[in-house]
Amino acid sequence: MVELALPKNSRVQAGKHWPAPAGATKVKSFKIYRYDPEQGGNPRWDTYDIDVDACGPMVLDALLYIKNNVDPTLAFRRSCREGVCGSCSMNIGGRNTLACTHGWEEVPGKAVQISPLPHLPVVKDLIPDLTLFYAQYASIEPWLHTETPTPEKEWRQAPEDREKLDGLYECILCACCSTSCPSYWWNGEKYLGPAALLHAYRWLIDSRDESTGDRLDALEDPFKLYRCHTIMNCAQVCPKGLNPAKAIAEIKKMMVERVV
Amino acid sequence: MSTSSSNFRTPRSRAQGLGSAKHGVGHFVVERVSALASVPLVLWGVFAGLRLAGADHEGAVAWIGQPVNAVLLSLLLVVGLIHLKNAMQVVVEDYIERFATKTALLLLNLFVSVLTGALGVFAIVKIALTGAI
Repeated sequence: MVELALPKNSRVQAGKHWPAPAGATKVKSFKIYRYDPEQGGNPRWDTYDIDVDACGPMVLDALLYIKNNVDPTLAFRRSCREGVCGSCSMNIGGRNTLACTHGWEEVPGKAVQISPLPHLPVVKDLIPDLTLFYAQYASIEPWLHTETPTPEKEWRQAPEDREKLDGLYECILCACCSTSCPSYWWNGEKYLGPAALLHAYRWLIDSRDESTGDRLDALEDPFKLYRCHTIMNCAQVCPKGLNPAKAIAEIKKMMVERVV
Repeated sequence: MSTSSSNFRTPRSRAQGLGSAKHGVGHFVVERVSALASVPLVLWGVFAGLRLAGADHEGAVAWIGQPVNAVLLSLLLVVGLIHLKNAMQVVVEDYIERFATKTALLLLNLFVSVLTGALGVFAIVKIALTGAI
């Protein structure tokens, strides 16, 4: 059921304020969502005033600066710090994106507000529980299905067929798209979401794959596929500039092609 | 949710759910076909509405009594109701999760649409064939 307000125990309350160090030359505020299940209580907004002259240009640089110099209890995921791994996806200034490729100067307003990806259970601070998201990805069986005996060398593919995978294979599964989709918010258990569907399409149009029909069968469902209402938030937030909505539209076209 | 320790269902089992219903493309096609059919029908409907607005009761009955008008009016009503019923169904499926509430609303949607269509078509046919309402 649609929930327009957060449940009582999830409402975010005012938290601590960490003032800027003496002698700071350029102060910027970072308003960060904090929640620790071991401590209990409601989540809170902590505000960190930091000297941005002392840290790098990206939001991730600021978070690392805070963790290393101000508050080591702040929890967030990060790994490659260059937009390849998809670990540091979070909601920055009201928009899902990667902290490592988003500059804090790009965020409008006085304070840079950072919260976990929306509408997921929170493990701690900026770390959401992505278990179901990954399971949904696994459920589309993201690997090559073949019946023909495996050739001695590689499965061959024409360059123009390989080109069809461009704009799809680049997805890093950061979950920015799925967690920005209202349909995924309301029906996240049943709707596969833009990320899983983009990958489903990537295998559907792979010229080497031999189970296109079975793949379409598994997707033809009022909820798994047809909850997409072309809202386009997915395409708008994708930090890799991909268009999951278009991939979903292509799947819907394939479904029609089967019956017309 | 997966963080709950009270059930041991695997995430993959949750993602799989009850599996694919293996339908949905029909609904998708009907939505588009009814939208497409509505374009000329609604344009004609606007024209008809303007025409009828200036007519008295007898004039209106006579106008509806003409075969082309009666058929197009019935089609406008039926196509519009099919489109409305499908659209309402999507809204209910989107926002209502509880099975009993959802099913009740979907049935209500279906019954109201069919009843409205049946009453409307009956009225048009009656006017067209008997010239009276």
